[in-house]
Amino acid sequence: MNEVKKQKHLFLLGLRHGFPIGIGYFAVSFSLGIAAHQAKLTPFQGFLASLLEIASAGEYAGFTAIAAQATYLELGLATLIANARYLLMSFALSQRLHPHLSLGHRLGMGFFITDEIFGITIAQPGFANPVYVYGAACSSVPFWALGTALGIIMGNLLPLPVVSALSVSLYGMFLAIIIPPTRKNKVLGVLVVMSCLTSALASRLPYLSQLSASTRIILLTIVIAVIAAIVKPIEKKEEVYDA
Amino acid sequence: MHNIYIYIFIMFLITYIIRTLPLTLFRKPITNGFFQSFLYYVPYVTLAVMTFPAMVQATQSPISGFAALVVGGVAAWLGLPMFQVALLCCGTVLGLEFFL
Repeated sequence: MNEVKKQKHLFLLGLRHGFPIGIGYFAVSFSLGIAAHQAKLTPFQGFLASLLEIASAGEYAGFTAIAAQATYLELGLATLIANARYLLMSFALSQRLHPHLSLGHRLGMGFFITDEIFGITIAQPGFANPVYVYGAACSSVPFWALGTALGIIMGNLLPLPVVSALSVSLYGMFLAIIIPPTRKNKVLGVLVVMSCLTSALASRLPYLSQLSASTRIILLTIVIAVIAAIVKPIEKKEEVYDA
Repeated sequence: MHNIYIYIFIMFLITYIIRTLPLTLFRKPITNGFFQSFLYYVPYVTLAVMTFPAMVQATQSPISGFAALVVGGVAAWLGLPMFQVALLCCGTVLGLEFFL
């Protein structure tokens, strides 16, 4: 009985911690819905895509590829690149699991590794608990999916300046992810600036500018990250993903 | 013409595999220095490439998009939470495009 009580407590704790995340999700996924609307997804399809992927950059890259009628392979690659950071988070989380945690729970909690849920889970003391993750997911993920669907519906109804304003909120979120770490790490700062400049250049250069935006993102990411990894390998002791 | 549900399934499948492989099959941490560095840099590069110049082109006037980039950049540098950075970017575009 004590075990049941403890699980219930953890679930409720997760539920409470997830709620503010859900509010933020709603606002961001709303603007993701506008991108999905441009890719001609119906509200139901947007809802489904968001419920199954739960990833801002990944879904944005995906919708960009879909809008360009990309091949399935290209969409897969775009998704892989945009979501590669979850591999690192998952590695970090795997170090914090009870060694005997069941396969079912591993498969279950893995589904919900987003930047934010990972962040609050890893911040809990002791072994990371799947029940806590489920609680946090219950109070946040539905907002993510609903926000996307609503964004698709409203994309039709809202006046153009409002759509234009909302479409930058997603980029604002990206800025909030990549800029703060550059304060402490100069290499990252140089890397971010170089990436932006290369991207702007590539969108104008003859051959590269004819590629679709999603192909260009894949290509530039691989090339620039490979060069960075060769020129400035990270120190082994460096915390690879510190949330 | 591609099937939208196959598109959605691919997005789901690839993401799910990325998220669960380290929790299930590959439980050992990555030790290869190059691969570790590559994975560490990928998110920063890809988000930067996705943001610029797309952010400036997303708005009706490139001026408001650029202003939002500067405002969002400064707000992120000052350490404001993600949600507030996003809101400031929206507000900048809305304000400028209303008056321009």
